[in-house]
Amino acid sequence: MNFRESLESGKFLVTAEVGPGKGTDVEHLLKDADIIKDRVDAVNVTDLQSSVMRLGSMAFSHLLTDMGIDPIFQMTGRDRNRLALQSDLLSAWVLGIRNVLALTGDHPTMGDHPHAKPVFDLDSVSLLEMIGKLNSGYDMAGNELKGAPDFLAGAVVNPGADTEAALELQIIKMKKKIAAGAKFFQTQAVYDIDLFEKFIRRVEGLKVPIIGGVILLKSAGMARFMNKNVAGVFVPMPLIKEMTDTKDKVKKSIEIAASIVKRLKDLCQGVHIMALGWEKMIPAVLDQADI
Amino acid sequence: MDNFEPLIAVFSCHYCSYAAADLAGSLRIQYPPNIRIIKVPCTGRVSVNHILMAIESGSDGVYVAGCLKGTCHFIRGNYKAEKRVQYVRDLLSEINIEPERVQMYFMSAAEGNKFAEVAREMTEAVKKMGPSPLNKSSS
Amino acid sequence: MLIAERKPMEEILEMIEDFERILVLGCKGCVTVCCAGGPREVKTLSTLIRMDRKQKGRKVITLEDSTELQCEPESIKPVLEKMANQYDVVLSMACGAGVQAVAKLFPDQLVLPSLNTNFTGIAEEHGVWTEACLACGDCILGRTAGICPVTRCAKSLLNGPCGGASEGKCEVSKDQPCAWQEIYHALKRLNMLHYLKQKPQVKDWPVHPGRVVREDLREVEAT
Repeated sequence: MNFRESLESGKFLVTAEVGPGKGTDVEHLLKDADIIKDRVDAVNVTDLQSSVMRLGSMAFSHLLTDMGIDPIFQMTGRDRNRLALQSDLLSAWVLGIRNVLALTGDHPTMGDHPHAKPVFDLDSVSLLEMIGKLNSGYDMAGNELKGAPDFLAGAVVNPGADTEAALELQIIKMKKKIAAGAKFFQTQAVYDIDLFEKFIRRVEGLKVPIIGGVILLKSAGMARFMNKNVAGVFVPMPLIKEMTDTKDKVKKSIEIAASIVKRLKDLCQGVHIMALGWEKMIPAVLDQADI
Repeated sequence: MDNFEPLIAVFSCHYCSYAAADLAGSLRIQYPPNIRIIKVPCTGRVSVNHILMAIESGSDGVYVAGCLKGTCHFIRGNYKAEKRVQYVRDLLSEINIEPERVQMYFMSAAEGNKFAEVAREMTEAVKKMGPSPLNKSSS
Repeated sequence: MLIAERKPMEEILEMIEDFERILVLGCKGCVTVCCAGGPREVKTLSTLIRMDRKQKGRKVITLEDSTELQCEPESIKPVLEKMANQYDVVLSMACGAGVQAVAKLFPDQLVLPSLNTNFTGIAEEHGVWTEACLACGDCILGRTAGICPVTRCAKSLLNGPCGGASEGKCEVSKDQPCAWQEIYHALKRLNMLHYLKQKPQVKDWPVHPGRVVREDLREVEAT
């Protein structure tokens, strides 16, 4: 089953994520992908994550298709204008890529080339609209395509928005994304399940599958770092304490992730596990969560 | 250079340091004859250009003597002067003139002694620095 | 108004290195208000130039004057013609438009900039300015409660914020409020939150350099 079929079947979805590195060495990433291959419905490939210059998402997504993994090609509006975005989507399609996740993208100042010119010609919403247009056989300017793609487009939402304004705006924008053609949502990492549940209650009427994000906690330090620096991620104190007190961090990390996955099973339509290099642990997390 | 006698311009506030200078005189307190007092209604009136003009026209040092903080007759004049002095110091650094040639002091009308002390301190400091680079090249 | 800042002295001094007679030309428009290039700053800069040359034992003559608006040819002409042949170079203290207007009007005259033009902005308080308008040529302020997302959102987003804000601040800087959250609060205050639900927009960027023509204002040839 490819990702679209899994999505349409209504089964509980599992997606993972790989972030290509800086350079041409892809071997270990392919190895990691191979480990999780049979346990996931799709694997996201990030697009210059955190605005750090890396190997591109399209090339690595293509390598995944060669391995029989259905990739979700992440595409941000940060680095390309509408010409390049449309062209890259057509290229991705001919390389066998079928799913796209449309994002606005981090600002270049967040990464390792902080003075690069920020593009943001299209944002996540207009990117989705454009994908819809390509799917219908036309480009953004209304010109007919000779051979059209048929992408499954998704988007992201941040349920942990930390102010009233941020949350309301997230939901308004989520609706715009759905109207623009988003068929599924992946979320920022969820640790505070109660908060997430409140969010889900707000948006369940929208009837679009939500895949809850899970980041494997590697240490208490990492949790504190994310609380301070990653928008929308908040690791509650008790979890940080569990990570501090444990003797076996890997075991604890898997335990925490599995318990989150278990609870998410009742709340949303899937989990998106971001292992950040710990892909080897994903099968254990899924086993413990009975998936 | 041993007998270098600097010329120092003092922007002195009517309400405090100028009165302090008066008091120093009445009390017969000696201070160096190097300073030239320019009385201003408030140090807040001293502009960046005033200080620069003093340097350009031959002063080896300039200081602005305003009221003690919190006692300015016009509430904030001395605070403004302090910031402008800092700005002028930055400008001077940009053209390689020692910023220490320009200073800000605060004193009350009752501090005749302090007025004399500051005059001595500034004269000594500028003596150590030697003539203003502007005066050096012309001589 | 346009906000500008003086270039570092080192850069200015290097530009004027080869010249002895310098017209320091301020502008009484925006740069006077933002204290970067008005008559007062002309005096400051001229003094600094003279003091620098004096230290180096090199001659210099500085002429000081300011135009009403250096971006307007009518205001440049009388000032420069008044002092014709008295200077070798014009050191402009106007914004980039002012410098170019002088260069265009006097093509045989070398004009140098002494300011860096930063942006079109608002005075938040005396001494603090923030960027407010990108001059994009298609104003949407009527839909965003007078807060421009094109300028004040670091990504110029038109359809709502990205997910990067934290505690109401932009991911680019903790000192910068998220423009979209500000728009949200302003629209809520005005009871116009429904404005946020408009259909998505794509910005059509203008082609540079821009040119505005008002036929009704142009000179007419009598026939």
